Amino acid sequence: MKHTLSVLVENTPGALSRITGLFSGRGFNIESLCVAATLDPTLSHLTLVTNGDRPIIEQIIKQLRRLIDVYKVVDVSEGEFVEREMALIKVRAEDETRAEVLRTCDIFRCKIVDVSPKTYTVEVTGPESKLNAVIELLCPLGIKEISRTGTIAMAREKKTALGRS
Amino acid sequence: MTEMAGRDMVIEALKREGVDLIFGFPGGAIIDVYDALEKDGTIKHVLVRHEQGAAHAADGYARATGRIGVCLVTSGPGATNTVTGIATASMDSVPILVFTGQVPTGLIGNDAFQEVDIVGITRPCTKHNYLVKDVKDLPRVLKEAFYIARSGRPGPVLVDLPKDVQNSMGDFEYPEKIRLRSYNPVIRPNAKQIERAFELIERARRPIIYAGGGIIISGAHEELRALAEALDSPVTMTLMGLGGFPGTHELSLGMLGMHGTYAANMAMANSDLIIAAGARFDDRVTGKIEDFVPKAKIIHLDIDPTSIQKNVRVDIPIVGDCRMALKALLDMVRDSGRPAEAWAEQHQEWLQQIETWKARHPLRYKEEPGVIKPQYVIERLYEMTKGRAIITTEVGQNQMWTAQFYKFDEPRTFLTSGGLGTMGYGFPAAIGAQMAFPDKLVIDVAGDGSIQMNIQEMATAMEQHLPIKIVILNNQFLGMVRQWQELFYNRRYVATKFEMTPDFVKLAEAYGARGFRATRPEEVNEVLKKGLETEGLVVMEFAIAPEEGVFPMVPAGKATTEMLLV
Repeated sequence: MKHTLSVLVENTPGALSRITGLFSGRGFNIESLCVAATLDPTLSHLTLVTNGDRPIIEQIIKQLRRLIDVYKVVDVSEGEFVEREMALIKVRAEDETRAEVLRTCDIFRCKIVDVSPKTYTVEVTGPESKLNAVIELLCPLGIKEISRTGTIAMAREKKTALGRS
Repeated sequence: MTEMAGRDMVIEALKREGVDLIFGFPGGAIIDVYDALEKDGTIKHVLVRHEQGAAHAADGYARATGRIGVCLVTSGPGATNTVTGIATASMDSVPILVFTGQVPTGLIGNDAFQEVDIVGITRPCTKHNYLVKDVKDLPRVLKEAFYIARSGRPGPVLVDLPKDVQNSMGDFEYPEKIRLRSYNPVIRPNAKQIERAFELIERARRPIIYAGGGIIISGAHEELRALAEALDSPVTMTLMGLGGFPGTHELSLGMLGMHGTYAANMAMANSDLIIAAGARFDDRVTGKIEDFVPKAKIIHLDIDPTSIQKNVRVDIPIVGDCRMALKALLDMVRDSGRPAEAWAEQHQEWLQQIETWKARHPLRYKEEPGVIKPQYVIERLYEMTKGRAIITTEVGQNQMWTAQFYKFDEPRTFLTSGGLGTMGYGFPAAIGAQMAFPDKLVIDVAGDGSIQMNIQEMATAMEQHLPIKIVILNNQFLGMVRQWQELFYNRRYVATKFEMTPDFVKLAEAYGARGFRATRPEEVNEVLKKGLETEGLVVMEFAIAPEEGVFPMVPAGKATTEMLLV
């Protein structure tokens, strides 16, 4: 099963390498990994998508917590959460397909961020499933290049005020 | 606040942390710290002959004393030579601190002379490690290194010191206390979990305590003994747990697992409650995991949450210090007001069953006329030393025979590489132990294969006037691998027969030590007696039955009840 982990780590050299080394050394999978700064300059935030059954995920979380540089680990996929990914897709746009690309982009609310006589570069944001759908539809038209960010995620705020905790 | 050079900060931190002894080997990138060491003059340095020896000696010192072991080496090959020692300490949770020299910060990444990314290399086998790029960070890093190595589940920490950092001046303010927001090991066990554990204990008819190295590390041997006696519960130990419960106690079943006793493995398999204390259900203990303890509920006490639920399903996990957890359980047993007879009665049938297992297949070996049996040597060694020595071992048959036939009653008297299984560990570890306890009898039990892996340290032992006794069980084979080839590879002895072995007696003499040899059973007592009575470093070589095996044995991948017996 797919799990999305949100990890806060000390912003020190080698911290990322400790995490990726832990995954490769113990035979765990990383499906995607996204790292960026936080408001606190001494901490980095890392979103990691992995898969495995319950004992494996439990072990992954414990092993991450055991690393001295890891401050906090949350499995956001345990509860309700929002996930987003972005992709830049350079797609062939010749006379006969230019309109089709634009139509597809329109349906998925993608943005065209670069145009050349033979290509469009499309920016698309959403959950992984949406990105996969856009890519699938654009594929027959001729995709030249794709760059994806990997998933970022955040737990939804509990709706306690409405009595639905 | 005082201003001082990085090299002096290292020495100052060692002193403040109570370190008065280090093991090492110098080189260009660490020469400045050596210079500072000499100028200070209060810390004793033991010069080894190979950096692996320094790491193992620091480890042996740490295991024998419970204090931190420290070693100091140079960059590049000096650093990489410690890696086996670091991994050994990591697998067995031993607190050691390794200082490595490094090329100047400006040269890092340039493939400079004797440059290696030791922090990268040791990341998976240290508890934590540091490359100090600025002398400003050094006091804090030094404090953290000691704190991390010693606290929680202990382990090795490496600090890489570039040459320019050693020689830069900085303010030295050594933190008295330290708090790390990202590292807070759970020490105090959860009271609710202790209660739940006690409820299981109250109901159990066939309990067994399965004790590991955590007993020794946390100093829980008295609590363990008190709990076992209060409950009238049998105790079995892992290799790392030997000495954590008296081996001569009537409730002791000895070691369990691949080369464990018949009674211990049968008791585990038939138990209805396993109280695992400071042990981690290693594959050498569980055998085929699907068939491991089918009938038992499991209570698991461990300071490392990752050890819990890693290999087996656990009913009551208790994270925390082993000693505190056992003490809490013991308090519950005592407060329950249940009389000792009630516990004894509840477990009476179980203990009787165990006695029949003990009687059916005790540890034994076949005597053969004219041939020295290694088990006999260990038995005699045990009797002559009255079990009072600190014993180190190498790895393989010598290690297993020692674990089986020497009865350890006290913690920190059996030093062996359990997790990593490092041949060449025993002798340098004996150096560390003997440095810590100059007046104790320290014996390394070795094979003719493993002793040669760090035999160069005989020079170190001679230089330090250490009266270590080395027992070499010489079968002219890499015996444990040979045993596997005999049993599982149709006796194809590939690369396990030594066609040439040095004359160990002459070798001892070449180093200025004494050597004795026994080739017939009737010489064993005399050689042991002479060897133990002779002052200084002594080698005792025993020409043992070449194809003697270690039994019982659970073949790898089989259930622990499928033992090959003598």
